[in-house]
Amino acid sequence: MHQPHPHQLDDEKTGATMKNPLKVLSTLTAIASLALGLSACASGSPQATSDTITYWASDQGNSLDDTAAKLKPSLDRFTEKTGVKVNLEVISWTDLYNRILTAVTSGDGPDVLNIGNTWAVTLQETGAFEPVEGKLLEAVGGKDRFLKTSWSTGGAEGKTPTSVPLYGLAYNMYYNTKLFKEAGIEKAPVTWDEFVADAKKLTKDTNGDGKPDQWGFTAAGASVSANSHQAFIRGLQNGGSLFDKDGKPTFDSDPQVEGVKQFIDLMATDKVMSPSDAEISQGSQKVDNVINGKAAMMFDQSPLKNFDARGFKDWGVAPMPMMQAGATGATGTQSHVAGINLSVFKNSKNKDNAIKLAGFLTSDAEQVALNKAYSSLPVVTGASSDTAFQTAEVKAKNDALANHAMPMPLIAKEGQMETLTGTAIKNLFAKAATGSVSDADIEAALKDANNQMAAAQ
Amino acid sequence: MSHSALDSGTAAKGSKPAIDPAPGRPRGAIGQPPRKPRRSFLPYGLILPAAILEILIHIGPMLLGIWIAFISLTQLNLTNWLNAPFVGLQNFVNGLNPESTIGQAFFSTVGRTLGYTVLVVGFSWILGMAGAVFLSSNFKGRAILRTFFLVPYALPAYVGTIAWAFMFNQRDGAVNQILVDTFHLFGDERPFWLLGQNSFGAMIVVNIWQLWPFAFLMLMAALQNVPHEVYEAAAIDGATLWQQFRTITLPMVRPANGVLLMVMSLWTFNQFNVPFVLFGASSPKEATLVSPLIYQNSFGSWNFGLGGAMSVLLLIALFIASVFYIRMVLPKGADND
Repeated sequence: MHQPHPHQLDDEKTGATMKNPLKVLSTLTAIASLALGLSACASGSPQATSDTITYWASDQGNSLDDTAAKLKPSLDRFTEKTGVKVNLEVISWTDLYNRILTAVTSGDGPDVLNIGNTWAVTLQETGAFEPVEGKLLEAVGGKDRFLKTSWSTGGAEGKTPTSVPLYGLAYNMYYNTKLFKEAGIEKAPVTWDEFVADAKKLTKDTNGDGKPDQWGFTAAGASVSANSHQAFIRGLQNGGSLFDKDGKPTFDSDPQVEGVKQFIDLMATDKVMSPSDAEISQGSQKVDNVINGKAAMMFDQSPLKNFDARGFKDWGVAPMPMMQAGATGATGTQSHVAGINLSVFKNSKNKDNAIKLAGFLTSDAEQVALNKAYSSLPVVTGASSDTAFQTAEVKAKNDALANHAMPMPLIAKEGQMETLTGTAIKNLFAKAATGSVSDADIEAALKDANNQMAAAQ
Repeated sequence: MSHSALDSGTAAKGSKPAIDPAPGRPRGAIGQPPRKPRRSFLPYGLILPAAILEILIHIGPMLLGIWIAFISLTQLNLTNWLNAPFVGLQNFVNGLNPESTIGQAFFSTVGRTLGYTVLVVGFSWILGMAGAVFLSSNFKGRAILRTFFLVPYALPAYVGTIAWAFMFNQRDGAVNQILVDTFHLFGDERPFWLLGQNSFGAMIVVNIWQLWPFAFLMLMAALQNVPHEVYEAAAIDGATLWQQFRTITLPMVRPANGVLLMVMSLWTFNQFNVPFVLFGASSPKEATLVSPLIYQNSFGSWNFGLGGAMSVLLLIALFIASVFYIRMVLPKGADND
């Protein structure tokens, strides 16, 4: 970096006058290294200029690029309206939780960001996000503009929320109508028993090699969050819950074990799910299976964007199967109150503009545009009546959300619960794919997860 | 890591002015008249930048990690971690209790990681040695082969590992296409390579693939220092190739081997990249190594105190092993120089 002058090199040979220049040189190097080190530290933080804010968006499209492309018109309108530029980064679901955690830890994050709404309470506890009150509450137009169920996901009950709903989602069962027709199934199954029976009919060896190549059901068996949702839903349907009244984990209670067993059995004993599904970690791969006709049914929150992108028309939608037809209350749960929320980072150096963006993205017009693009549900009443949201698919989602959805446990350790139950199920699917799974295995896996949860509390 | 350890070792030897007549000078210069040491801050000035960076990059975070092992750090107090409650040895007790789920996982993981290290380092060394010996003789195409052998080392670790993850995919990975579709092994049943028992083997294969070129490179450099005449003399005396390898090659590369095996063992014992890219945030039970386990405890359960305690245990174990190794093995190697 620092080239010594030629005559200094000569001096060095004699050793006579080398001391001073080298001393200067070493001091300079030290200062330079320090400066480099400091600037390297500084380069991690977003540049706080008055007219640019950073926004971390979750992946709501077919891909990160697709999400960004669909978000761009909205952000352009925002810039046009306010003069504030938005530095956008779309983050995949597998990375988002850890990225947020890192930002919270370092205090060095974006100005505005998306969170999975089930993490809202966990992240609220970190104290890293702006409470939704005062200016921020005003910017989003008050809580009465929002659907009640959606608003309830903003934070723990009785506390000032730290996130506002942005996109609404709910689980439904999506199926390939062509495969249904070929199997002679006229209507979607309603109960779990009917669902398993239909799935068996839909599991076929179509090329005559003695092994099934069309499966009744497909799921992302290696997706930790999707698995944890099933642990939640299946447990409730069987009369259990992940936590007792005192907030102690009960992952290994009988109804919970029974619920998880039903899900694992789809691969392990009912044999209606391809063992290959144990390796699927991205939801889009499971959607591909339904589009390609490799599987007939799946549980999903919003596959329409993938269907449309692939020109797939042979799909149908129905509520998720329940243990008993017409069940209500906890045993009638078909989905958690799913969705994406938006938070403003407390450390934002540009809070006014960050708040402006939160208000803009939750405005009626942008809610229509964005939820249409991502095939999700508007979270404000003013947008729900738009014609774009009057389809059978949206109505099914709305019905699930309004009548058959419960929020995931609104506790500080929700994130850990998702990781622990989701990983236990992931490992059980792996066991089913590579051998067999006994009832004792399922019990042991959930017991381990329960113990770890208790130790973390 | 090991280099700095070695350097500091030599520096410590040289900094005993009472015994050594020429502090800081190589031993070979002892016979020369000692030059009067000048008081100068120059040496300190020169090492200052490195020292500052060393403190910032290594020592600071390490001390922080040790501190975290003694506090209860969760997401509730992350933003205000300086005020996280001090829990003493509780995190160590949780991590080491063989009755608990966490303790059991820790002990079985340490055992597995040791086995993993032995297998990976052993095979990498054998392959590297074989490659180096093979390429130490002159033949046409040697340069091309050498470049070819070094490809895994030149590729970014992430790229290489993710390519393996694709190849090991059960449904449409290249490994099953070759083994099952082409050679009809495993009774036409496609095995899973990244789930269950096989995942441990798959991880070993990927790690050896990444590591052996390093052994090859180091041993090839070491072999170049062995004078060819020694082999010629041995050949004249009627030594077989195996005898030449055992009595000339192995002793001559011993110093290089000492460093090489230690560095490779430390890297492998701490391996994180390969399992993380192959399996994602949570490894299969059969293939969980210590570093990913610490990651899972820290970032999966958000129990940073427990993760910190396990890191400290790991640090102590590796430190003891390294000191033992350096004292037992390396001085002998240095005498051969």
